[in-house]
Amino acid sequence: MRAVVTVIGKDTVGILANISSACAKHQNNILEVTQSVMQDLFVMIMLIDISKSNIPFTEFSDEMSALGTEMGLSISAMHEDIFNSMHRI
Amino acid sequence: MINTKDIMETITMIQDEHLDVRTITMGISLLDCCDSDIDKVCERVYEKITRYARNLVKTGEDIEKEYGIPIINKRISVTPIAMIVASCNEKNPVRIAITLEKAALACGVNFIGGYSALVQKGFSPGDRELIESIPEAMSVTDHVCSSVNIGSTKAGINMDAVKLMGHTVRRTAELTADRDCIGCAKLVVFCNAPEDNPFMAGAFHGAGEPDCVINVGVSGPGVVRAALAKAGDCDLTSVADIIKKTAFKITRMGQLVALETSKRLNVPFGIVDLSLAPTPAIGDSVAHILEEIGLECCGAHGTTAALALLNDAVKKGGVMASSHVGGLSGAFIPVTEDAGMINAARTGCLRIEKLEAMTAVCSVGLDMINVPGNTPAEVISAIIADEAAIGMVNSKTTAVRLIPAIGKNVGDELSFGGLLGGGPVMQLNTWSPARFISRGGRIPAPMQSLKN
Repeated sequence: MRAVVTVIGKDTVGILANISSACAKHQNNILEVTQSVMQDLFVMIMLIDISKSNIPFTEFSDEMSALGTEMGLSISAMHEDIFNSMHRI
Repeated sequence: MINTKDIMETITMIQDEHLDVRTITMGISLLDCCDSDIDKVCERVYEKITRYARNLVKTGEDIEKEYGIPIINKRISVTPIAMIVASCNEKNPVRIAITLEKAALACGVNFIGGYSALVQKGFSPGDRELIESIPEAMSVTDHVCSSVNIGSTKAGINMDAVKLMGHTVRRTAELTADRDCIGCAKLVVFCNAPEDNPFMAGAFHGAGEPDCVINVGVSGPGVVRAALAKAGDCDLTSVADIIKKTAFKITRMGQLVALETSKRLNVPFGIVDLSLAPTPAIGDSVAHILEEIGLECCGAHGTTAALALLNDAVKKGGVMASSHVGGLSGAFIPVTEDAGMINAARTGCLRIEKLEAMTAVCSVGLDMINVPGNTPAEVISAIIADEAAIGMVNSKTTAVRLIPAIGKNVGDELSFGGLLGGGPVMQLNTWSPARFISRGGRIPAPMQSLKN
């Protein structure tokens, strides 16, 4: 099972570090990372493997949103199927 | 890796353009709850609903969180209660309405639909008692929704039922006048009612449905409008293509949620309702799509044509995205639930005659329209008859959900809050149809050939 973590907001120090350590804490393996600046916004998209996660994905998703609030960013963790189903036939 | 652009498009649709799954509706058959003793019926109804739907809300919330897609409502639809009441010696359907309300509260759902009767050809035992009890049932419950099917293309229109429904709608408004007549927002009169509709107030679980089923209704007017805005001044062929592509994506998301819910609850997947359902929130309006297509205001000449294009494109785009499509499927035009419609009604650009024409080319019918409080029952009946005739002749579902604003007149406003919204009282034609309505009887089923 894989999920997509999306981070949108103002670029600051430690975004990648904070998110990677949260992933590592819960045994979520980072498979791919892309980052860019779109319309003055920092956008990072991370594909993670959640099959060995030590917490339910709903809790991880909550933790990511909370981390986002704390860092002043919009962070969402969503199951990859939502993107596959919408954009692939 | 999934394309970054695609990921950002989905996130923007959800965060900025109000993309959501409007409802997961669990249909539950109550046919095995029949008994001659109404106490036993109530007991069985409560037990069955709470047993089947106890995990519905939790499952919906989990899926919402895991997939990051808002699921606005979780609802239940049940077998038309008139069929259940028919088996009881004591025909007091309000007791079942109260039971449904308790079951809805116990499960935590937003609405429960199915306080319904199907009388397109005539009244069977229980039907008349149920219809006569609707005003009281709507006033003593908050979550129970009611619908009555008074016509169909195969059966014609039951004008005795139409007459009765005029009085029922008025009485319901009177009994809930202290709450902005909200009872009428939970009561809809259908022609050609679908048996698998997940949307309220008209959801019920038809007799041909399985014991339990999951139906999903999608939404997303904001997404369609944003896609059209991005495209700029293209021709209408391109407009239709953009709507189709957007509807496809919206529906795929609905299909995913439906299959996942069905798997987790171990309940068969029924249908996805391909709908564009507005909310009163800014940026979630069907009227604004029509305005984006090129009308100065919804209700202007050209509205019917633009809506026909929109409705057809939504279906064409959605139908390939789902394995089973059903329910009402199309663009909804509930006036008080749509910021653009509310505005158009306030300015006087959108009138009931135009809305009636619009219902000939889109999903459902005259929906959530506030009418003057002194509107006589026969005028309400005549509006129902007109709308049913459009549905009957065109082999489509039409419906009427009018709210007589007791004590108020044209220009005054009603406010229901939440998804039901609020809006101005609209002007009606005041010439009397009393003699036509008092005749009763049935309008025969129409020809299905020699179409003109």
